[in-house]
Amino acid sequence: MLDSRQLKRERFTPLTYLFLAVALLFTMILCICVGSVSISFSDTITSIWNAVRGVPTPGSITGNIILNVRLPRVLCVSLAGAALSLCGAAMQGLLRNPLADGSTMGVSSGAALGAVIAMAAGFTLPGFSYGGIMVTAMAFAFGSLILILSLAYSLDHSLSTNNIILIGVIFTMFISSIISLIITFASDHTRSLSFWTLGSFSGVNYHQVKLLFIALVICGGILFRFAPELNAFAIGEDNARHVGVNVKRVKLIVLITVSVLIGVCVSISGTISFVGLVMPHIARMLVGPNHKRLLPASLFSGAIFLLLADLTARTILSPIELSIGVVTSLVGAVAFVIIFYRSRKRR
Amino acid sequence: MKAILRGNHITVRYGNNTVVNDLSFHLEEGQWLMLAGPNGAGKTTLIEAIAQGVPYTGSIRWENQELCSLKPSQLAQKIGVLSQKNNVGYAYTVEEVVGLGRYAYRSGFFSNADDQGKVLVESALEATGLTNLRHASMLTLSGGETQRVFLAQVFAQNPQILVLDEPANHLDLNYQQQIFSLIREWLKEPGRAVLSVVHDLSLARHYGTHAILMDRGKSIARGAIHEVMTPDNLQQVYGMNVYEWMQKMFSQWQG
Repeated sequence: MLDSRQLKRERFTPLTYLFLAVALLFTMILCICVGSVSISFSDTITSIWNAVRGVPTPGSITGNIILNVRLPRVLCVSLAGAALSLCGAAMQGLLRNPLADGSTMGVSSGAALGAVIAMAAGFTLPGFSYGGIMVTAMAFAFGSLILILSLAYSLDHSLSTNNIILIGVIFTMFISSIISLIITFASDHTRSLSFWTLGSFSGVNYHQVKLLFIALVICGGILFRFAPELNAFAIGEDNARHVGVNVKRVKLIVLITVSVLIGVCVSISGTISFVGLVMPHIARMLVGPNHKRLLPASLFSGAIFLLLADLTARTILSPIELSIGVVTSLVGAVAFVIIFYRSRKRR
Repeated sequence: MKAILRGNHITVRYGNNTVVNDLSFHLEEGQWLMLAGPNGAGKTTLIEAIAQGVPYTGSIRWENQELCSLKPSQLAQKIGVLSQKNNVGYAYTVEEVVGLGRYAYRSGFFSNADDQGKVLVESALEATGLTNLRHASMLTLSGGETQRVFLAQVFAQNPQILVLDEPANHLDLNYQQQIFSLIREWLKEPGRAVLSVVHDLSLARHYGTHAILMDRGKSIARGAIHEVMTPDNLQQVYGMNVYEWMQKMFSQWQG
């Protein structure tokens, strides 16, 4: 006899991944085809295929757009979406807080402040353009995370309550004003305020694709390795300790990894809110809360969501390009309210 | 018989507040040691200290090893802890939560081969009557079922010592009886011992073999259960005639 409360999650198969991968590929091709200049599906495939084989494409204007403008952009957007979503999933598990995410906890704005300071001060690492900005962004992301976690912890000795979100939001507002102050004085050296607060992928190139890819492979690998520990934390930190998880060590490693990944994303594309908040929830609906399945599913769903958001931002008011954060925030704020409401009702 | 867990001069301080004050105990094979005493006596804190969850001074040894020198996974293989409040925030299945009890036995990065573990998870599910609920979401369970899941988890963990903080708190009488009987069954295997906080003095008296009576962080009496839970000792700790009160309560059911 089976109880009626059985979950139907045993239905989950590798087929779900295949479906997600096909959906991602389809979305990527769609995003390459559609834009201010529409390119046909067959042209897109031909010029990418030619480039892969190293053969020049005839009619090089569309080829040029595809290979030098849209393809790097699409790759960057999907990598950033995957990375942000992965970070959100990891934090929601680690802190056992369904509202946790780089943007709601102020980590992204901390990273943005780091990047702005590095740019304004002209801080660079020798032999690695962008390096100075990235390292500062990572350090500031980690610093903000530690600051916010300790403030929240000192309030009520728990990280799963909404205090952490409140502190994160206030921290974000505070940091935004500091950023705008710095930009006022050093606007020649840094990018616009709207880039830092709403994000943008315009003008990205393969160098940035490469950086994002390396960061995602390393940090993603580390987070995947810690999937069992994240499960233990998501069930409860005390319980994790009781079953033998080295809670301090795991927490430190996961928080550093998340900060590095968010730092890289923010220094390339500015702060993009809500991707990491919403997409893990969608992934959880598909494959359940077990991080062994949730983390890969979050990668795919984050990439697809951000691609569609970027496509909307590029095309909806064409030729004007919206900031990508406008689109993600519109969707994300609504989702935030729904998640918040549901998580409150459950208590 | 030799003690498998021995605490010497354990003291826990939060700021200037001494919660556990110079307390010693020892636990031998086959014993069920009850920590009894009024609210604020420091029972839960003592359990947290044993579980390495709060900083303490003094020594807590398992055979000849200081507990604080063990790695978390080594500790988990020796001591299993069941805490008072367990609520799960996400829709994990019963089986996933119980399976987590095997965490300390994972050998390598990618190794899933824990054959003994599969057997233990299976028998833990069966012993706690959860086999039919194995794929149910934790969010759909009642308080009693949730507590049974975490008991199954600690059984799957297969420790030598069970440390329990109010294992049947707020549960209906039938669940209380169920959980205490399960633990008593578990204790019958050789090499095992139980240490628990139990608020209900009748339950403590019925299931315990030994007891420590605590009051404001100090141990007032320790030893065999009937030597510790005497009218005089209880009167001193609770400030009322507990024996008379208990008898009055139970006499209502007679006749």
